[in-house]
Amino acid sequence: MAASADRLAEIWTRPPGLVGWLSATNHKVVGVRFIVTSLGFFGLAGLLALLMRLQLALPGLHILSPEAYNQVFTMHGTTMMFLFAVPIMEGVGIYLVPLMIGSRDMAYPRLNSFGYWVYIIAGVTLYISLLLGVAPDAGWFNYVPLADRYYSPGINIDFYATLITFLEVAALVAAVELIVTVFKCRAPGMTLNRIPIFVWSQVVMAFMILFAMPLVMVSTIFLALDRTVDTNFYVSALDGNPVLWQHLFWAFGHPEVYIIFVPATGIVSMVVAAMSGRPNVGYIWLVLSLVAVGFLSFGLWVHHMFAVGLPLLGLNFFAAASALIAIPNGIQIFSWIATIWGSRPKLNTAFLWILAFFFVFIRGGITGIMVASVPFDWQVHDTYFVVAHFHDVLIGGAVFPLFAGIYYWFPKVTGRMLSERMGKWSFWLFIIGYHLTFFTMHFTGLFGMPRRIYTYLPYLGWNGLNLTSSIGSAVIAIALIIFLLNIITSARSGEVAGSDPWNANTLEWAVASPPPQYNFRAIPIVSSRDPLWTHPGFDPEDTTGSNRVIFLADDQQREQLGTTMLDAIPDSRIVLPQPSIWPLLLAISVSFIFIGVMFSVWTVPIGAVFVYIAVIGWTYPREQDWSREF
Amino acid sequence: MTQSVLQPVARRCRRLLVTAVVATLTTLVSGCDTPGQPSVLDPTGPAAAQIESLWWLMFWLGLGVFVLVFGLVLYASFRKRTGDPRSPASTPGKWLILFGGFALPIPILAIVVGYNLFVSEAATGPSFAANDAIPDAATSAEWTIDLIGHQFWWEVHYPNQEVVTANEIHIPVGEPVLFRLTSADVIHSFWVPQLHGKLDLIPGQTNRIWIEAEEAGIFRGICAEFCGTQHAMMHLLIIAQPADEFEEWVSEQQQPIAEINDPLLIQGQQVFMGSACVYCHTIQGMNEAAATDTIGPDLTHVASRLTLAAATVENNRGNLGGWILDPHGIKPGVLMPPTRLNSENFRALLFFLESLR
Repeated sequence: MAASADRLAEIWTRPPGLVGWLSATNHKVVGVRFIVTSLGFFGLAGLLALLMRLQLALPGLHILSPEAYNQVFTMHGTTMMFLFAVPIMEGVGIYLVPLMIGSRDMAYPRLNSFGYWVYIIAGVTLYISLLLGVAPDAGWFNYVPLADRYYSPGINIDFYATLITFLEVAALVAAVELIVTVFKCRAPGMTLNRIPIFVWSQVVMAFMILFAMPLVMVSTIFLALDRTVDTNFYVSALDGNPVLWQHLFWAFGHPEVYIIFVPATGIVSMVVAAMSGRPNVGYIWLVLSLVAVGFLSFGLWVHHMFAVGLPLLGLNFFAAASALIAIPNGIQIFSWIATIWGSRPKLNTAFLWILAFFFVFIRGGITGIMVASVPFDWQVHDTYFVVAHFHDVLIGGAVFPLFAGIYYWFPKVTGRMLSERMGKWSFWLFIIGYHLTFFTMHFTGLFGMPRRIYTYLPYLGWNGLNLTSSIGSAVIAIALIIFLLNIITSARSGEVAGSDPWNANTLEWAVASPPPQYNFRAIPIVSSRDPLWTHPGFDPEDTTGSNRVIFLADDQQREQLGTTMLDAIPDSRIVLPQPSIWPLLLAISVSFIFIGVMFSVWTVPIGAVFVYIAVIGWTYPREQDWSREF
Repeated sequence: MTQSVLQPVARRCRRLLVTAVVATLTTLVSGCDTPGQPSVLDPTGPAAAQIESLWWLMFWLGLGVFVLVFGLVLYASFRKRTGDPRSPASTPGKWLILFGGFALPIPILAIVVGYNLFVSEAATGPSFAANDAIPDAATSAEWTIDLIGHQFWWEVHYPNQEVVTANEIHIPVGEPVLFRLTSADVIHSFWVPQLHGKLDLIPGQTNRIWIEAEEAGIFRGICAEFCGTQHAMMHLLIIAQPADEFEEWVSEQQQPIAEINDPLLIQGQQVFMGSACVYCHTIQGMNEAAATDTIGPDLTHVASRLTLAAATVENNRGNLGGWILDPHGIKPGVLMPPTRLNSENFRALLFFLESLR
């Protein structure tokens, strides 16, 4: 047995050295890379936010020039949406989904690694543009005509148009990967109605990405064509239409915020169930709500465009549709309340973040209903009221659950607990700082302050509110520094966690912390939604005679079990490819095209040759993969 | 170790917090009646008042929902244990979900959406937005104003009265005025919070909105769609006047430039005609032909305005002179270039511009 154990570990260990590091394809490695990189971008975007709050602390300051301020707020929004929120949700999914469904890796490990390299190359290039002072400066929403070749002749918007298109390749890759993994690689017995809610939320997110991202790619490609080869999709003087951009962008942009929010609700469901010690009440309701949110989110985009001058009747249809989204969200919130009900959950930091999520997200949902009503939106659209609203739903609705998730799953990833003392310090400071910064903005907006202004006149009654917001942002920064210190110190010297510190219900808590490279030596047979509560003490390392496991031949190659889509009946053995450097080389080749095309179209044919070589290298058959007789 | 690190931080935080809370409270108390504040909650027109009533309806309903739902969260978390959490009898289960998912939101949403329909109709009138189906008669009224957005100022025409001005819009009190909005360059948004919600100015499209002020006064508007470098300082003023004052203003504005006899003013006029000013700024009765297109504001009655630089600085000699010599010092990134003049010519130009009442 021991020999076999070593052999399995050996098969799943990546090659040594730098090349090995760059070749890694294991979902846990890629997942952690996504999470760490996106937290890095979160920090950068946070620094940009501090710069903005510094500039707005008092009226008439000159800390940033208007040009610099416009780049800073554009990069803040672009980073938070494209480089932080979506990638981190995907990263958490990439790390956790295989563990939760009893799989050894994802369906396409090399594609996974390719997606990561595309993401980091696009993100770093965008920040290089900021360092050079030529970052995009027309807002993350990048409205034309301001962003077209006449009014933004510089290279700034070219960075936006090409890199956003490029970046979405990474999002699409991860989406395909997640969908196939969940539908084909679940442990036997994990029928569709036994999938953990978090995994459902990832599936819904992935499908939304699949349909939403092509819309933004179309809109940015049109823009790139307008800017480089003089097409006129958006030029009104030449029979184009600038409002087309808004429709395309928001048809993506509204699902985008639910792409961020849906997986966050998955996290809430998991943490709530584990801390309450009770299975999620209304499982079917929760899943249907996720799916309903996914569908509804594609029918709301015009509520970003109430002031454009579209016919009133049409606007009110979108207002009513936007109000409808309160129903699935209400179902989710009350399902969590029912799950918590009288279970006396422990008030640890993870659960405090969940309570904060309720506090801020419910408020953000209510202001969301307010801004979805047409005439009130005419007043507060593009004011600080909206800034307060969407930070409530994006920070409160997605980042707070993410923090809860980090406290909850950190022990699984590192084997050590995060410090509760530092956790509570950073929690309370964050909550106080958050409300000083963003709660005040409701008033700032109602008192007439528009968004995206680099300064303001001193006699309009906004000074105190802005100063308060700026002070609050410094408090948030302190809270985040403590959070960061907590991660660094706890990863080295935190309390050792063991495999299941929370006495939780789902399969990721069955494997060791941190999990072995191959996740499950023996694949469990699942017979309920809460496998670890149904069969306490299940140990996937124990391959001696339990009837709840299926053995895979583990002495030849990376293998996992393929199961049927609905009932998860084993139907195949999937041979996974070895780690490879080619995904990185392909990502570099594709970036050469995307980034190079800003300077010369000749990079397209030259890059195509590189891509051709990289694809051949990627798919070149290796003897060891196919020598085995089945 | 963590404690010793955090204690001084905690002390500093407490000080910052106190400052911030004090600042917020003073603003909330004083901010509500800052004169000239473009506050949504200080409506002076019927449309803004309707919308404010919608806000308060939603505010009180929202507050109720918030207290109820978050109260339930806290109650669920802190009530005493209801028995083994794994037994279905220990939780209200699906009844709570049916209540929170359907019984609670549906009636409230019905009220909000219903009242929203009522207000959106009541606040807009027949010829709202870019509706091409409405008859031509409804697209023009006696008091019609064509508002054209520019980076970063507002061009104002009264087509029926043949008045052209910029950034300051006079309207009669108590009469609905039809605004037709479009843009010469990028998208801007017209928003005077005390009178009405905002509506965009979009190139190639004409949006319509009715504005009415119930009291005389000066109401500030700020461009509400990001339009470039000086978006922040693209303000306008709506000056609502009693009918007689307003009509007097109109008849003054209809006059072209008066004849000039004073040698200093003649010199100033020559400076104007001989420098770059003339290519962008029109003075009616003097250089309509020279200014090829509308690039800068019409200056025929510039001295009668209260403000300069898109309603962001007071119209006085210091600001006017500073603006001419170095507009970028006041509004970096603005499209007007600096002008170099010797002191004699500069003085003459200022006198000339100040005579344009």
